Amino acid sequence: MLSVIRTIWNVFLHTFHRRVTIQYPDKKSYMPPRSRHRIILSRDPDGGERCVACHLCSAVCPVDCIALQAKEDENGRRYPEFFRINFSRCIFCGFCEDACPTYAIQLTPDFEMAEYNRQNLVYEKEDLLIDGPGKYPGYNFWRVSGVQIGGKDKGEAENEAPPTDVHRLMP
Amino acid sequence: MTNFAHIAFYLAGAVAVLATVLAITRLVAVHALLYLIVSLLAVAVDFYIMGAPLLAALEVIIYAGAIVVLFVFVVMMLNLGTQARETERLWLTGRAWIGPAILSALLLAELIYLILRPPLLGSLSGVTSPKQIAIALYGPYVLGVELASMLLLGALVGACHLGRSSLSETEVQR
Amino acid sequence: MTSPHPIASIIGVLIVALSLSAFLIWVERRLLALWQDRYGPNRVGPFGLLQVVADMIKIFTKEDWIPPFADKPVFVIAPAIIMVTVLMSFAIIPVAPGIVVSDLNIGLLFVLGMSSLGVYSIVLAGWASGNKYSLLGGLRAAAQMISYEVFMGLSLMGVVLLAGTFNLTGIVKAQQNLWFVIPQFLGFVLFLIAGVAEARRLPFDLPEAEAELVAGFHSEYSGMKFGMFFVGEYLGITLISSMIAVLFLGGWMGPWLPPVVWFLVKVFAFLCFFILLRASLPRLRFDQLMSLGWKVMFPLALANLLVTGAVVVAMK
Repeated sequence: MLSVIRTIWNVFLHTFHRRVTIQYPDKKSYMPPRSRHRIILSRDPDGGERCVACHLCSAVCPVDCIALQAKEDENGRRYPEFFRINFSRCIFCGFCEDACPTYAIQLTPDFEMAEYNRQNLVYEKEDLLIDGPGKYPGYNFWRVSGVQIGGKDKGEAENEAPPTDVHRLMP
Repeated sequence: MTNFAHIAFYLAGAVAVLATVLAITRLVAVHALLYLIVSLLAVAVDFYIMGAPLLAALEVIIYAGAIVVLFVFVVMMLNLGTQARETERLWLTGRAWIGPAILSALLLAELIYLILRPPLLGSLSGVTSPKQIAIALYGPYVLGVELASMLLLGALVGACHLGRSSLSETEVQR
Repeated sequence: MTSPHPIASIIGVLIVALSLSAFLIWVERRLLALWQDRYGPNRVGPFGLLQVVADMIKIFTKEDWIPPFADKPVFVIAPAIIMVTVLMSFAIIPVAPGIVVSDLNIGLLFVLGMSSLGVYSIVLAGWASGNKYSLLGGLRAAAQMISYEVFMGLSLMGVVLLAGTFNLTGIVKAQQNLWFVIPQFLGFVLFLIAGVAEARRLPFDLPEAEAELVAGFHSEYSGMKFGMFFVGEYLGITLISSMIAVLFLGGWMGPWLPPVVWFLVKVFAFLCFFILLRASLPRLRFDQLMSLGWKVMFPLALANLLVTGAVVVAMK
């Protein structure tokens, strides 16, 4: 009986406590830079697309919300012909970001993407691509990889030794 | 004794009779009980018009409010099978339910009118106040009150005994 | 016996009671939020006051669906019963001297009778829904409300003994010198608990226990039929608060302020207390509810009546 009255009194004392609610649209809470929300596709410092259309993100996606088609341009650079993320399926797990070998796909702290029409939650490549390098400013995949593309032959990448001449016997 | 009190009295009486007839003829037990409630309420209105407000209130509280609730409770517990309910539903159309609604509405209108015009209420034969009833009960009729209370005490002890023994039997059987 | 303007006071009481209970939707949500360190609805209009309007529009425009397995006529009648019985009870509440729809000389018994008829609304709704959970809710309601009605009536008899009348205006006038909450403190506590149980509010909301019975008796109801149960519940707690104010706290009496204001202040304080109960106490188990009613409250109410009677006789 006494404990019941004490409970009621203690709850009543909450009248004078500070409210923990953040008044969202007026005041926004701090989102940590690594929080996982809206997905973007980033670009090289040079401005080229980072995505090499390797399909790892769409393979790892547990809800199969990523769809893309690989294509190769005249320089031999692979890129996605289309890149589509269905955000009405996405669970923001971040696996795609982990799987990406080129830091192209990244999750950002922006979460305000509600829509009245479900169809509008399907983002195409032009909706996903941003102009900057995202969380990894200096990184350029094509500069560090050993793949030969137009304008960059084998051995010309950063920290890359020239290719071995197989016709010579020297080690 | 005005005309209106007469009309209200006979109207309520007619409602009571009609509702009782319907209560007997219904096929679904809960519907029958609903008509029984309407009938009891109509009788309460008659008591009120005749100048016995305490009796009317007790009729509503004890009969309509407690005893018939127990009836409804038991009928609900029985959970008559869907088979029986389906055959009953074939016989009973939904339109039958317009009946109690209209009857209750009549009673309600009457009650509201009576509440609005209290000087008419006791006009059949003077209002009996609760105090008068109490004095009568504990004066000349004290023997009856005592007998009734003894009877109820006996019933209470009996109910206690029945409940207790059945409980202990199941305990033993375990 | 009755007020000089019966129609005016009927309309007045109806408007005040209904708008108060609609307003209570907002009050309850804000107060619950306050005691849970939240804000509650504060977006629609100033302080979220227009939330009531939004809720009304929502509930009026929702689809009103009657399940095919329900007993249709009873299903439709059930929500009306609770509104009618509770609104009828408001007729005998004396708000201020002269402001009462009908000053019956058996006013207290009238309220008890109407609240006992209100049980049918819940029981029939549970039965007519044709749903196991609803039926269980209805059964619980029947058992709970009959049990608590018994000592609800008994706990009031102490007040009747002290005042010497069933008339509510008479009871208020008998508290000219001393509010009955002091000599009848036990009766006050018992009536408060019984009132919460009668209004089916937490911690006694077993008939609708949303965690176990998926909203119990009203789980099949939608649209305005559900709205009637909703408003009926708020009207119920308003009625219980008014009864407490009239019977134990001297009704309209109080210094300085006008009588109507005093009455409303007292009623509102108890409404807030009911909401505080909801914010703080967990729901009882059903056997705990029954044993609390019959083994603790009932003997206490009887003892209270006995002692009060003895004291009244001795004082004479």
